[in-house]
Amino acid sequence: MSAAAAPSPRTSSAGPVLSVRGLKVGYRTTRGPLWAVDGIDLEVAPGESVGLVGESGCGKSSLGRGLVQLLPPGAGVRGSVRLADEELVGTSSGSLRRRRGEDIALVFQEPMTRLDPLMKVSTHFVQTIRAHRPDVSKDEARHLARAALAQMGIPPTRVDDYPHEFSGGMRQRIMIALAIVLQPQLIVADEPTTALDVIVESQILDILDRLRRDERVGLVLITHNLGIVAETCDRVAVMYAGRIVEIGPVEHIFSDPKHPYTQGLLASTISLETTELHTIDGYPPDLVSPPTGCRFAPRCPAVMDHCTRVDPTLTTVGPLQEAACLLYPGADGAAVTP
Amino acid sequence: MPSPLRLRLQHAVRPFRSASRTARVLVTVGLLITIVFGVAAFLAPTFYRYDGEQYRVEQPDGSFEQLPRLAPPSAEHPLGTTRDRYDVLARIIDGGRLALAVVLFSTLIAMLIGVPLGLLSGYRGGKLDRVLVTVMDAVYVFPPLLLAIIVAFLLQAYFAPGVPSAAAAVGVVYIPQYFRVVRNHTLSVKQEPYVEAARSLGAKERTVISRYVLFNVIQSVPVIFTLNAADAVLTLASLGFLGYGVQPPTPEWGYDISQAIIDITSGVWWTALWPGVAIVTLVTALTLVGEGLNDVINPLLRARGAAGAKLDAAADGEDLGEPANVDPLSPGTEDGSGPGLAGRGFRS
Amino acid sequence: MTGSRPASAPWSDAGSNGPLLEVRDLHTHFPVRTGLFRRGGDLAVRAVDGVSFEVRAGEVFGLVGESGSGKTTLGRSILKLVQPTSGSILYRGRDLVPLSERDMRPLRRELALIFQDPNASLNPAMTVGQGVGHPLRIHGLASSRAEARDQVVAMLQRVGLEPAEAFLDKYPEDVSGGQKQRVVIARALITHPRFVVADEPVAALDMSVRARVLELMLELQRDLELTYLFITHDLATARFLCDRIGILYLGNFVEWGETDRLFDDPQHPYTRALLDAIPLPDPSRRDRDKQLPRGEIPDALAPPLGCRFHPRCPAAFAPCGWEGRDLIEALESRWTEVDEDTFERELGLVGQLGDAEVTATEVRFPSASGVELARWLRHEADQLPSAVATAITDVEVGAHGVTVRFGPGPEPALQVVAGRPVACHLHGVTVRPDGDHVGDPTAAPRGP
Repeated sequence: MSAAAAPSPRTSSAGPVLSVRGLKVGYRTTRGPLWAVDGIDLEVAPGESVGLVGESGCGKSSLGRGLVQLLPPGAGVRGSVRLADEELVGTSSGSLRRRRGEDIALVFQEPMTRLDPLMKVSTHFVQTIRAHRPDVSKDEARHLARAALAQMGIPPTRVDDYPHEFSGGMRQRIMIALAIVLQPQLIVADEPTTALDVIVESQILDILDRLRRDERVGLVLITHNLGIVAETCDRVAVMYAGRIVEIGPVEHIFSDPKHPYTQGLLASTISLETTELHTIDGYPPDLVSPPTGCRFAPRCPAVMDHCTRVDPTLTTVGPLQEAACLLYPGADGAAVTP
Repeated sequence: MPSPLRLRLQHAVRPFRSASRTARVLVTVGLLITIVFGVAAFLAPTFYRYDGEQYRVEQPDGSFEQLPRLAPPSAEHPLGTTRDRYDVLARIIDGGRLALAVVLFSTLIAMLIGVPLGLLSGYRGGKLDRVLVTVMDAVYVFPPLLLAIIVAFLLQAYFAPGVPSAAAAVGVVYIPQYFRVVRNHTLSVKQEPYVEAARSLGAKERTVISRYVLFNVIQSVPVIFTLNAADAVLTLASLGFLGYGVQPPTPEWGYDISQAIIDITSGVWWTALWPGVAIVTLVTALTLVGEGLNDVINPLLRARGAAGAKLDAAADGEDLGEPANVDPLSPGTEDGSGPGLAGRGFRS
Repeated sequence: MTGSRPASAPWSDAGSNGPLLEVRDLHTHFPVRTGLFRRGGDLAVRAVDGVSFEVRAGEVFGLVGESGSGKTTLGRSILKLVQPTSGSILYRGRDLVPLSERDMRPLRRELALIFQDPNASLNPAMTVGQGVGHPLRIHGLASSRAEARDQVVAMLQRVGLEPAEAFLDKYPEDVSGGQKQRVVIARALITHPRFVVADEPVAALDMSVRARVLELMLELQRDLELTYLFITHDLATARFLCDRIGILYLGNFVEWGETDRLFDDPQHPYTRALLDAIPLPDPSRRDRDKQLPRGEIPDALAPPLGCRFHPRCPAAFAPCGWEGRDLIEALESRWTEVDEDTFERELGLVGQLGDAEVTATEVRFPSASGVELARWLRHEADQLPSAVATAITDVEVGAHGVTVRFGPGPEPALQVVAGRPVACHLHGVTVRPDGDHVGDPTAAPRGP
């Protein structure tokens, strides 16, 4: 990777800010390797927001960590993650560290554990900014911090407070401010509002939405809450057992889901209009030894004979909408699994 | 169907089976050495020809022949003899028996007093807790050896010198350790929803403590037990060395070393070396077990706390994203100086 | 097991849906320690602060609120797991508040609690069989081990754990999250309780499992004639499950009533805000006009005076209880929106906010530029993001700076609006008798 220390120029082209090809993320377990993410392709355009949804254990968090190459020791990554045409997989940790923050930022669920309780909020910003841009003076850095915090609704009079003096929602705002202060091209937010109350959640989602509209930041939003996806995302990728089973524009997928799993997931979601409960029978498979063929077949209400033999691939099922299900022609393009 | 006892045992050894290899090796090696000591101490007297207090051998004609003084190691006396004509090996064997017995008694005494007090203090809280904590802290900050000497002195003056007194003297030192660990652990277990659940079911306080709290705090006791045992061997030897242990000529490693010190200047090394080796080996073995158990049990304690949900979910395949044995990701561990990152793990 | 409870309970005099539980003016305060041994005077977290409602036999009553609303403490107080400070809890006509723990114990058979986190609410040292069977032993409900076992097996089957025998000897760590919650439910119901407090029973579960557990709870409610107090922060679940709902905010109900009417026609701005905020799986809602409250639920240690929701309320007006700290907050909030020059200029006018002397009814800025500040406050304070300016009655320039005074703001009492109790001044200013008011509550202006 080139050693461009200067502020990275925004990609001017219409090309995707993030491009993922055949990404696999795996862990060693006592029973053998476990591929939590098992071959994923994904693209995110500037200013686009893509939701990753699925039940816990579907691999969405591992995918999020794989995107920023932030995995526990011993985890394996295969495939390619390109951020503005630069490969992240296999890059040295030093340059990765620089890219994180400048080009790609992560927002986590629990903000308090990520802030140093003994450090003023402003100090967090000054350190962050000056680590990436050593030529920025302390005063300028404070200035940038104040602007970023004000954008998040934190009063400029409070920049010198300590993290514990803020409420949970404020801390998450601080974390987001810290994430965007270097103007990254992509934000990966992993359940950013799960610990928060609905009203604060809504406030935070509004902020993320504004960022993406005004600053053209790409957003990957990982969540188990379909409501959040419906309200904040342009496209949604539904994950099951380490793979994307359906992907497409939010309006299409919510109004006309094609994959039986997506249908089940939407049906089991309780909304204000729910009058009857629906469930998906069974449990997700053990990924150390996943079932052959379609991984959803054992739970699928529309299962067919060849579903347990043929591994479906994503195929076009509607405008910009793709699903990996053998109900649709073209999904059996893959080789028959032994 | 397996019996309840077997189930319980299986449940108890489960953490051991899922522990890291290092921990298992530590525990196994330590236990093996300790067992060798135990076997030697309790079985060797049946076939070794001398005993620890023996300085002469009865001849077939009824007369006594004294053992040699300060004889170097030989086939007859594998580790030599002492100034007082005792066989060193025999004294080490008998000293080992004493050490193990005292250690067992003393830690048992400490445990039997410390654990219930800790439980009660932690669960009840309030004034009782404050008083007990103060008393225990006072005992704890007292220099342990000095405390043991005082207790030993008192017991020997008012009761009888001998093993029970020595054991009690050593045991008193450890009561605060059990108390503190159990009390602190009780304080955290008390907050667990399952304890509130027990109350909501209408369980009496006694039942709550014995069935819901005790079983969950007792896990940390084996660790203290083994670590204390190691320490107790040293304390006993120190008492013996200073002359406050069991009454001579009862074989005792510390006492033997103190008697052997003058030999060293005259080039007699075996009388001091072997008891020393015995102390070091047994202490090391017990420490290995303790450290190993600590590794086995502590991840479990951690898992039962904050990360409990995550680990449990992983166990049933619901949260395969982060396998159980991987710490919840803190980017800071890998990326401590990556300040651009939104989620820096400053704490790591 | 189904319907095995005798239907002829003396109190239930068939048909009438009389209250099973009546809560009257319940307070649960937690004193706050300031020093090591001293108690901090009157300082207390008022987690539950004068709540009254009743739960009818056989209904599902929902307690809805954000974290910090006191909903969990209220549930615990009703079960006497936390001792209420005052008020009464009439369970089948008997007041639980004065009962000692010993007197409560036999009653606990009839009052059950289902927890939020199934992972933490099962004793890790007990097998499923022991855990579920323990209540039987506690209350002496089984004469023999075999009988207890049979009851446990039947109950496990009842909650959908089959084959039940296979679960008896498992430890909690061996079963999945959804199954654990079924075990928790089995344990709660094995003594055939009448009244069940369910504290966020599905919040920790995955969406697809959630529906299954809710389904089970409803089924059990019908079959075993249970009455639920369902505590949740999730309005969608509450709407689906509950017959009536009370919306809690900082230890008080803002309104409560029939679920459908409350959802279709919310009368309190807080209820409206909650309904606006919940994300629903419906992309067409996207561009709705959300009126989000500002900020977050405040510290229960020092709740806002007047209406407790007023600092966040999008519809608040003069009598809602505006006080000194609201002005400071409004200034800070304004400064996140203006450009830097405006901020510096206005900060220059006001001076360091830390120097301002703030009380409930007035704020004194020891500012040098007194006249200018007064002019700004008189003419431009309506630019502040909250309605705090509407309550300013007087701006006085003195030798020691500028003093701003606020008009009276009583804490609203519950009044009947649309057939249900609502605590909001928008429907006419009311005064809660024992409330926390700003100034003299009787002097408050009437009507919006």
